[in-house]
Amino acid sequence: MAGKVKWVTDIEKSVLINNFEKRGWVQVTENEDWNFYWMSVQTIRNVFSVETGYRLSDDQIVNHFPNHYELTRKDLMVKNIKRYRKELEKEGSPLAEKDENGKYLYLFVSQSNKEAYVISLYINNPLLIGGRKFDLRLYVLVSTYRPLRCYMYKLGFCRFCTVKYTPSTSELDNMFVHLTNVAIQKHGDDYNHIHGGKWTVSNLRLYLESTRGKEVTSKLFDEIHWIIVQSLKAVAVNASPSLTSSTANDRILKYNLINDTLNIAVPNGEIPDCKWNKSPPKEVLGNYEILYDEELAQGDGADRELRSRQGQSQGPRAGRSRDSGRAVLTTWK
Amino acid sequence: MLQEESDLSLIIAQIVQKLKGSNLYSQLERQAWGSWEKRILKSLNSMCTELSIPLARKRPVGEQKELLNKWNEMGTDEPDLSLFRPVYAPKDFLEVLINLRNPNYENGDSLSFRTHLGLIQVPLKVKDIPELKECFVELGLNTGQLGIDDSTQVPPELFENEHVRIGQKVLAEQDSAAAQQYIRQGSPTALRAELWALILNISSEPEDVLYYEQLKTNVIQHDLLVDSLIYKDVKLTASNDDYYFVFEDYLYQVLLCFSRDTSVLSHFAYNSASPPKSYIRGKLGLEEYAVFYPPNGVIPFHGFSMYVAPLCFLYHEPSKLYQIFREMYVRFFFRLHSISSHPSGIVSLCLLFETLLQTYLPQLFYHLREIGAQPLRISFKWMVRAFSGYLATDQLLLLWDRILGYNSLEILAVLAAAVFAFRAVNLMEVTSLAAAEAVLADLSTLKVMPLLQIFLFATVT
Repeated sequence: MAGKVKWVTDIEKSVLINNFEKRGWVQVTENEDWNFYWMSVQTIRNVFSVETGYRLSDDQIVNHFPNHYELTRKDLMVKNIKRYRKELEKEGSPLAEKDENGKYLYLFVSQSNKEAYVISLYINNPLLIGGRKFDLRLYVLVSTYRPLRCYMYKLGFCRFCTVKYTPSTSELDNMFVHLTNVAIQKHGDDYNHIHGGKWTVSNLRLYLESTRGKEVTSKLFDEIHWIIVQSLKAVAVNASPSLTSSTANDRILKYNLINDTLNIAVPNGEIPDCKWNKSPPKEVLGNYEILYDEELAQGDGADRELRSRQGQSQGPRAGRSRDSGRAVLTTWK
Repeated sequence: MLQEESDLSLIIAQIVQKLKGSNLYSQLERQAWGSWEKRILKSLNSMCTELSIPLARKRPVGEQKELLNKWNEMGTDEPDLSLFRPVYAPKDFLEVLINLRNPNYENGDSLSFRTHLGLIQVPLKVKDIPELKECFVELGLNTGQLGIDDSTQVPPELFENEHVRIGQKVLAEQDSAAAQQYIRQGSPTALRAELWALILNISSEPEDVLYYEQLKTNVIQHDLLVDSLIYKDVKLTASNDDYYFVFEDYLYQVLLCFSRDTSVLSHFAYNSASPPKSYIRGKLGLEEYAVFYPPNGVIPFHGFSMYVAPLCFLYHEPSKLYQIFREMYVRFFFRLHSISSHPSGIVSLCLLFETLLQTYLPQLFYHLREIGAQPLRISFKWMVRAFSGYLATDQLLLLWDRILGYNSLEILAVLAAAVFAFRAVNLMEVTSLAAAEAVLADLSTLKVMPLLQIFLFATVT
């Protein structure tokens, strides 16, 4: 057991620094020997660009995967979706189905003039709670890509619009109704500073189970989880979650989030070693739960994804925890 | 004015008058409630006079139209409420309860009561732990519970699956009594809305929806002073709550209708209180011109909207939500802010709480008393609100399951004592009321069923 973990960061946020310090880790500069570097997106881009040819040594880890910077934008997502689709075709997956015109059935990509656009389908009858639209902010930690191991933070949350939803087209101009990003909401007159219009995901679940029933709710969450896993496989990940805290509660949440993240990514607080088997023990997960563990999933036989709805339910050794529901994985159909 | 209501009100007023004169009312209740009632009315009337706002007025047509358009988003209205203040807050009510004395009480009675060191000085009969164990037998250690035996560590085959199956059967058979028995072990989240409706005998018939629509019309046509009090309360409490802020608009839709619902007056027949009266202008003191104000006889106090808020997690259809709330109010909630000797009345609950603490946690009780932190001063607000706004929503609903199941509010006092027991170690170290409040400020992480179980069944008695 060598010395203390040496850390660097170029993001001056207390939720990070306090977590490093409480582990007794040693702060160093990026020119020195470091083990753990929490990088901003800009730095990642520089570090891993082709020109610098930078390579991590065996006792170093960073908080982003190398090719991941290219995936923060939807236009770059197209490239990866295309590539992923080709793989799926090879595997004979139903996701790669085409209709009689040879067009892909799933995802919406329109091509014109050799440019490809990703269009997100706008849903005009969204689920409303208290008459308001909301979105979901979920935290997912990917510890390895091959095999894929990812964890979902249980304490994700929903963010509500301050204004009541109305589908009339005049409202499409009203940014406050349709976009729920907190940064935009803050400038609406109704913004309530005390809690910023958020619900925990478990609250959402309680509400949905109470008003819509258990089956529908479990199916919803299963589908959300499935979409996330598929997106990760297409390597489409948002670069950096916001570490700015808007309220005291928010700060506490993010502090705990980073804490649990570090416990998984740097187990036992020891200096990283890339030769390690990276599956951490259950006690260490904190508020994360296993979203998908490829090794566990494949250890059970064939790849469990994309199985039809009539397939068997998951056994206890599958890479999914109990909380995410025991229903089978669903397809996009 | 409210001519339609006043006919019915007169009849009820006469009945209430008759009841008041009978021996059904103890001297204690009449005197105590009488003076409290006067205070509330005085507060309301003076607000009225100061602000030169009538207790009630008919809205001009333009205003009616506007309100109708805004019916689903009254929360966006920002009327100037700065001059309104709640008629009373729970702590004011506590002061009244503390000063209750039974004039028939002789010092020779009840030896044990003389050693009671709490704030309540009325010798009502309350249960001890052995009696509570008998009463709440289904909460025992050997019985499965939702809130304990459905946690992720427990395989669902052991209890949860079967319990859900039984719940579905009870619903299929529409058996209200069975539902009440069943829910003592907690309700599965997906079945709760229906189970509560079954136990409360609420079915949404067309006439119920129509009744609600009529109340809504009443709101549109008439403006009441209490409306502003309701607005203020919602803005101060539910709108700032982490769980309930989403439902702000529903709260107005329920509470504004509620204050105009004269059918609520019927609960005063078994409530020792009487509804506050007002007189048609120019006819002060003439009983034939007395009307109840507000029409439902219930003056909202600070935190009142929190009775409705948790129900929004279960019902999103306004008339159903309304019916459920009204029934919960006339069966249970009214007891939390009226003076009576009923075992589920707030006076009994306070006494039960204090007695449990003094009997089973004497060291803690004496310590808190010594430092000027009488436990009831902290727990009172929890009980008056039936813990709404203090517990996490899922925990609150599990608690209210048991209120329905046992048809009693005593569980609120038991939980309050259990919370103190749980935090006893920290409480023993504090040296001021403020510090004690701080230890008990955040109940949002508590799991109510384990607390109750341990307190009732695993504490050495």
